Amino acid sequence: MTQNSHYTKHHPKWHRVRIPIFWWVHKWVHLKFILRELTSVAVAFYAVVLLFQVRALAQGPEAYANFLAWLKMPVAVFVHAIAFLFVIFHSVTWFNLSPKALVVRIGKRRIPDAVIAASNYVAWVIFSAAMAWIILN
Amino acid sequence: MPTNITLEIFRYRPEDELEPVFQSYEVPFRKDWVILDALNYIKDNLDGSLSYRWSCRMGVCGSCGMMVNGTPVLTCATFLEKYLPGPIRVEPLKNFPVVRDLVIEMSDFMHKLKRVKPWIIREEEKPLSEGEYLQTPTALADYKQYSMCINCMLCYAACPIYGLEPTFTGPAAIALAQRYNFDNRDQGKKQRMEALSQDGGIWECTLVGECSVVCPKDVDPAGAIQRYKVASTTEWWKSLLMPWGSSEERRA
Repeated sequence: MTQNSHYTKHHPKWHRVRIPIFWWVHKWVHLKFILRELTSVAVAFYAVVLLFQVRALAQGPEAYANFLAWLKMPVAVFVHAIAFLFVIFHSVTWFNLSPKALVVRIGKRRIPDAVIAASNYVAWVIFSAAMAWIILN
Repeated sequence: MPTNITLEIFRYRPEDELEPVFQSYEVPFRKDWVILDALNYIKDNLDGSLSYRWSCRMGVCGSCGMMVNGTPVLTCATFLEKYLPGPIRVEPLKNFPVVRDLVIEMSDFMHKLKRVKPWIIREEEKPLSEGEYLQTPTALADYKQYSMCINCMLCYAACPIYGLEPTFTGPAAIALAQRYNFDNRDQGKKQRMEALSQDGGIWECTLVGECSVVCPKDVDPAGAIQRYKVASTTEWWKSLLMPWGSSEERRA
């Protein structure tokens, strides 16, 4: 037992309930939380696909054409669609929670929560538009 | 309007049996009665053996927290009418060991609260001759929300991480640490840092957010924790990139 942790000492007569492994299925709020945490898998998936894309790009036009053909396969499209939905959920929940972490006071007044969240969305739109312009042009 | 309402109450009498049971009681329904009124009625008229904590009966002491239909609430602030037609299930606060009936053991919270040093820490005490600390309303507003905590521990009952991970310091203790970190009379940020940013501290929190939802005083412990995550990370980067010390440390 490290110095930092303090476990409530065992007492034979105290009643303790063990949390079941599927504690999160009983309430909608908890289910949403677990789904939100699982979106990290979709984000990791996107990152891995990007790495493969860069590698294909480095290997030359034939390798890149093979990569694009893989992306067009129905299975790949389906998996990407699911991942996309998860990533949207990831971004929306993250932006909506950002005012909790960023409390900024200017002089006497505090920047309202809605402004903090909205500025995340605005930045998202601007960056997406810029990326779309770069990729499509 | 019904005349009666049924309460199903968690009974745990370790001297009789080690398994808890639910016992049903029928109490009069009054529009202005809260759960605590029903419990007091049961204790006065139906079953004097029922054990539970309560004190101020007006939502400021934090003693009467219990699970009502699966949600942690202050029983002095929750009306029977909300749960019509019933029955209402009353259980002890979740994530704490139960001593008896609706009474939980909370020494774990008390230890964790002490570890975050919830008092004004000064490098040097201001001499009495210099008078009192002056604080503007704006400076007060910086920490006032976190000072409203009544230690009712509803947030601990709502936090799945506290239930799963015994070392987690927990929402209220961290919010109270922040109450002092944001107080401009305090100089103890560094002393709280170990308890907050190491084992069992803020990084156990995964922002489920239920703590802030159930808080009866709108303390927003989830917000307090996330703000400390940002502050702690910034401090770490500062210590890495500017190891000679930040301007904040030099401030008297």
